[in-house]
Amino acid sequence: MAMLEVNNIHTYYDKIHALKGVSLHVDQGEIVTLIGGNGAGKTTTLRTISGLLKPREGSVKLNGEDLAKYPAHELVYKGVSMVPEGRGVFAKLTVEENIEMGAYIDNDKARIERNKESAFTRFPRLKERRKQVAGTLSGGEQQMLAIARALMAQPKLLLLDEPSMGLAPILVDGIFDTIKEINQDGTTVLLVEQNASMALAIAHRGYVLQTGEIVLSDKADKLAKNETVQKAYLGID
Amino acid sequence: MSFLKNLDLRKLPMQLLVASIITLSVSAIGMVELFGGRFVITGLFTMAQILFLGPTAFFAYRAAQEAPAGKKWQGMIKALLLGVGVGLVMVVFVWLAQNLDVRSIFINISPRLINILTFEHAGGATTLFIALVLSALAGGALALVPDKLRNALLVGAGVTLLVGLLSEILAERLRSLFGSQLSSAIIASKALQVVPAAVLFLLVAGISYMRQSGRIGKVGPTLKPSQTKIVRTALISLLLLVLPMLLGSYLTEVTNNIGLFFLMGLGLNIVVGLAGLLDLGYVAFFAIGAYTMAALTSTGHLGLAGISFWVALPICVAVAAMAGFILGMPVLRMRGDYLAIVTLGFGEIIRILALSDLMKPYIGGAQGILNIPKPMVGELALIRPEQMYYVILIGVAIAMFMSTRVRDSQIGRRWMAMREDEDVAEAMGINLVNTKLLAFTIGAGFSGLAGAIFASKLGSIFPHSFNLLISINVLSLIIVGGLGSIPGTLVGAIILVGLPELLREFAEFRWLAYGVLLVTMMLNRPEGFIPSEVIKRELHAGDEAEQAG
Ligand SMILES: Nc1ncnc2c1ncn2[C@@H]1O[C@H](COP(=O)(O)OP(=O)(O)OP(=O)(O)O)[C@@H](O)[C@H]1O
Ligand SMILES: [Mg+2]
Repeated sequence: MAMLEVNNIHTYYDKIHALKGVSLHVDQGEIVTLIGGNGAGKTTTLRTISGLLKPREGSVKLNGEDLAKYPAHELVYKGVSMVPEGRGVFAKLTVEENIEMGAYIDNDKARIERNKESAFTRFPRLKERRKQVAGTLSGGEQQMLAIARALMAQPKLLLLDEPSMGLAPILVDGIFDTIKEINQDGTTVLLVEQNASMALAIAHRGYVLQTGEIVLSDKADKLAKNETVQKAYLGID
Repeated sequence: MSFLKNLDLRKLPMQLLVASIITLSVSAIGMVELFGGRFVITGLFTMAQILFLGPTAFFAYRAAQEAPAGKKWQGMIKALLLGVGVGLVMVVFVWLAQNLDVRSIFINISPRLINILTFEHAGGATTLFIALVLSALAGGALALVPDKLRNALLVGAGVTLLVGLLSEILAERLRSLFGSQLSSAIIASKALQVVPAAVLFLLVAGISYMRQSGRIGKVGPTLKPSQTKIVRTALISLLLLVLPMLLGSYLTEVTNNIGLFFLMGLGLNIVVGLAGLLDLGYVAFFAIGAYTMAALTSTGHLGLAGISFWVALPICVAVAAMAGFILGMPVLRMRGDYLAIVTLGFGEIIRILALSDLMKPYIGGAQGILNIPKPMVGELALIRPEQMYYVILIGVAIAMFMSTRVRDSQIGRRWMAMREDEDVAEAMGINLVNTKLLAFTIGAGFSGLAGAIFASKLGSIFPHSFNLLISINVLSLIIVGGLGSIPGTLVGAIILVGLPELLREFAEFRWLAYGVLLVTMMLNRPEGFIPSEVIKRELHAGDEAEQAG
């Protein structure tokens, strides 16, 4: 049984039909990537999975359990954490406070401390800047912080929305390495990306989303060789 | 003339223009004339002189401050030019006023005004010119002295000025505490005497200077931080307990009003400052608290239960909190501007309901509810402001305790996360519905408490006491004090509620001062007088980055 199973979801913004029957699944231990151009509906898909948007049709199941009955804020208790598009760090809080906020659902002080330390080992840059206000971090650092914060809830499934957005290529490499490490440490990842080449390089499988519909799905390496994908998303003629 | 090289005069015309306009307008609107006879320091200078010389000094200081480091003397040149400029403008103004009849338009440009401006003697235009130049030079010189000394001088001058302004009230206090002899030695005919003024200035400036050098605090036995805290708390508590005796009836009444607004401010601070929900109808809960108290305790024909103040008080808080909860429900989905408008509407609905014929049989319509008894302690009715003070003090103490605890708890963090980013907060497991409702409920409860005490303190309440201006006032005071900050809320209440009351002497001009204060505050210190840590960071995040980079 798939860990996350998205079944034929239709999501609307009032009259705009943003998702027209999207189905995908993510198995335990995988990195699955969802690629697509601007306005394809990637963010909408993630927001629907995390309960911030309600689909008019279709279902989202986590380990077989329908998530429709849970409000967005309860998802984290189910082991799903999201790093929203544009990072969404708490700009006025310090790095450390941001990270602590990620452990909001945790009441075990000792465990929070342990998780915090492992976040700082993973991101030494953040440790140096633990007292710095998050709004003054560089884009890459903010992305690290957003990921570190999401990990504080010890999620089983991590949803990432365009972690490479607005980052220099060298930082993008770093972020993708980190995502791979996180996955190897046992967290399943659903990665939404426009940067198809990088995403397909670390993912096991991938889906291609176009104007609200999945047009392709395959193993990541096969997708990377697919002609349409190469033309449309990898800039290879 | 090497120090004149690169003299940057680009900003000067603007500064000159603004300084002239301010000086001209305080004269033309009648402020100078009204305060012409009002000495701040007996025989030395009047309010009027501060008004028409102060702006020049201030702008000269600003101009001089911008001089590049190492060429600070250029500042004096700028100050001089500014002084000469404003001086010329004012001399022309005086000449025009003497030779043309402008009173049909500017009724306040009177012979009396000209007398004041020319220091009450013929040919005084020259004196006025010299006085303006000297003020400008004094302002410019202030930019030259070291920071610590300047701060000390400004604090000293500020406190002396304030004492001078409030001298009438202070004189009354001194008389009743220490007898009339001492009182008239310090303050005579509404103004501070020269010698006490000098002593006060030197004392305050001296203390301020020593504090900045960190020389105070090292005198006396050194205490551990925890002990210092205990000593400080004990001293403050003691002071608060005897305060009404020191202040007398009138000032205690002012303090009580400050207390009630502080109480409301604490509540609104939770809603706006911590949870970030802009509520413009906050007066509604104040009204609900007051009307509940009135209906439950009144001995008049509208009284429902005739129960005592103390029994009714928690009920009032609960009813107001319930109202907050109920209002919270429909506005859950709204943010920012929309929320502000909905709450604004709610505030008005409550007031109009109170005025309406529909509710008249229960809460009296425009006639309000009368005969609300005072709180009783045993056989004693708390009638005097000095007695009511303690009721308000207890209310404030409870509200402060609760505010601090809530702010530092997990609920406080929830509010903060929600204020910053609702989606992320939700993704982190924060239930937005509960979090918002909680903020509304607690905030409304505080306001209800203030309203209940208010009703009993006044003895009768009318719908017009609960207008929009109260909501605006409470919002202003938490912003001026420092959004999200509890000490800031107190300072805001003192400045926006206390000062206008104490400066009654200055008639409608105090509202002008109030407006000017709000505008300058928001321009120069948008984080408020005593900002909370988080807000300070937000507004100065850019500065920090600059320093770091
Ligand atoms: N709040 C909204 N209201 C109305 N339409 C919306 C809203 N959010 C998104 N849309 C529309 O839904 C479609 C999908 O948007 P979505 O944000 O999911 O795209 P995306 O694939 O994440 O794009 P990008 O790579 O640019 O982030 C777009 O056509 C967009 O205009
Ligand atoms: Mg997107």
